Amino acid sequence: MGILQFNGVSKVFGGLRAIDDVSFSVEQGEIVGLIGPNGAGKTTIFNLASGFIPPTRGKIFFKGSRIESLTPDGICKMGLCRTFQVVKPFGDMNVLDNIMVASLLHTANIEKAKEEALEVLSTLGLSSVKNQMAKNLTIADRKRLEIGRALATHPRMILLDEVMAGLTSVETMGVVEMIRQMRQKNITILLIEHIMQAIMNLSDRIIVIHHGEKISEGDPKAVANDERVIKAYLGEEYHEFTQGQ
Amino acid sequence: MSSLLFPEKSISPKTKWIGGILLILLLSILPLLFQNPYTMSVLILAILYAYFALSWNILGGIAGQLSLGHSAYAGIGAYTSTALFLQWGISPWIGMVVGALFAAFAAILIGWPCFKLRGAYFALATLSAAMILKIIVENTHDLLGGPRGLEITLLKNAPWQFQHTNKLFYYVIVAFLLFLVIGVTQWILRSRIGYYLNAIKNDQEAAQSLGVNLTRYKLITAAISGIFTAIGGTFYAQFVLYINPEKIIGSHLSIQLAVMCIIGGRGTIPGPILGAALLVLSEEFTRLYMGGKMVGLDLMLYGIILMTVIRFEPQGIYAPLRKFFTRFARSTSPLLDGKSS
Repeated sequence: MGILQFNGVSKVFGGLRAIDDVSFSVEQGEIVGLIGPNGAGKTTIFNLASGFIPPTRGKIFFKGSRIESLTPDGICKMGLCRTFQVVKPFGDMNVLDNIMVASLLHTANIEKAKEEALEVLSTLGLSSVKNQMAKNLTIADRKRLEIGRALATHPRMILLDEVMAGLTSVETMGVVEMIRQMRQKNITILLIEHIMQAIMNLSDRIIVIHHGEKISEGDPKAVANDERVIKAYLGEEYHEFTQGQ
Repeated sequence: MSSLLFPEKSISPKTKWIGGILLILLLSILPLLFQNPYTMSVLILAILYAYFALSWNILGGIAGQLSLGHSAYAGIGAYTSTALFLQWGISPWIGMVVGALFAAFAAILIGWPCFKLRGAYFALATLSAAMILKIIVENTHDLLGGPRGLEITLLKNAPWQFQHTNKLFYYVIVAFLLFLVIGVTQWILRSRIGYYLNAIKNDQEAAQSLGVNLTRYKLITAAISGIFTAIGGTFYAQFVLYINPEKIIGSHLSIQLAVMCIIGGRGTIPGPILGAALLVLSEEFTRLYMGGKMVGLDLMLYGIILMTVIRFEPQGIYAPLRKFFTRFARSTSPLLDGKSS
């Protein structure tokens, strides 16, 4: 059994089937990409896994135990942490205090939490802005802060929701490097991303969602050549482009 | 260096100590300057309001949960100690502790459903919770005196029954209470719960995703805030020796508490004290110069101050003052000159 597992999970919002009978498993230490067109239900899967919404049907397992009825803070304490697509910094707190909120999860000692937060800041390259208010950060730094906060909770697995969107190519490379470092610390990663080059390079495996259903799953090359995926998401042009390479 | 000593968010520990020492000096000099009972009464009420405001500030300022029902806790404190005293002769000192426990229980009872709501809905729910309590008290004639309220038997000099003819007795107690609530606020701000409450105030979902149990921390905070407000309620009852539902549970007091903190600066320690000073001053001035002619003028004046502050200094009047003092401290301290990092 994988570290995170969805068994026949459905989520219905009123008359809309946002997620329809989705099953997948993420193994310990893997990097798995979650792709699909806008509105396919990718973020809904994150909201389900992190406990922000309960599933209508189906079972969700993390480290072997069911988590559908847990609250987000309970799931975070188990070691499954997420970031938000629209980043949510604590705007009126400085960068250091932002990270400290997360590092206080495992210690009530302020000094210890501060030490740990400073360590996270230096690995993310945010030390120079540690006293700045989070609301004054650039978008790239806000995304890094979002990742940093999640890392400071010592997660076993992390859900990254479009952490590269809106970044320049140099900044994107920085985030890719950051994700590789996470893997070296044996953190399992599930990431939503629209930047195909990054996700194809990073992922061990890719899951494709379309209209709330899983339409394909496999290693990046196989998925890129899957008829249904090309039709639903990648488009003929991307397919020809990869074939030409 | 100076950015370390004066980060944007907090004041250096040194400045905090200076603020505390100044407050102690001020509180010990004031009763020497104003010997007459009237000024002493105004002074005591001003400190009591500062204490009330700081109690509200724990939930409304630090945790950012805009409660408009805090008079409920003041009422629970005042009515518990008074009813215990009048009915069974139990000392109001003991009644104060019992009232505080009742208030903590009530805070959890009110908070449990209300904390599921946000923003204006939370404010309205707390407002109606206080209204419900007021109606209950108004209809409990035997034990709580109904709408006419309760009069506390005059005992003259009975410190063990929380009464004394010398106003200094009350002054010392309320000054001690003020330091107590400041101490607890400091402790909250410096510990894990303070970081969590600040996070909750900024973004609930983000806080939750980082392992913060929203319900638990909000309820703990509401209980602490309620306990302090109830103690203030008992003090008020013993100082005035008369309580009625309108005065101590009415929405007027609840709104005053919130407005004092908003004008002064929510979430800070000097802010609510400044707001309380401003409120009591404007009340006493209008009373002195207008007499009984224009009832409610102080509220109009206060409304104008509130609108002006929200328009020009939404963080409260303490924010620009702090900026000024920080700059002043920097320019006068030779150690910090030109060493900003």
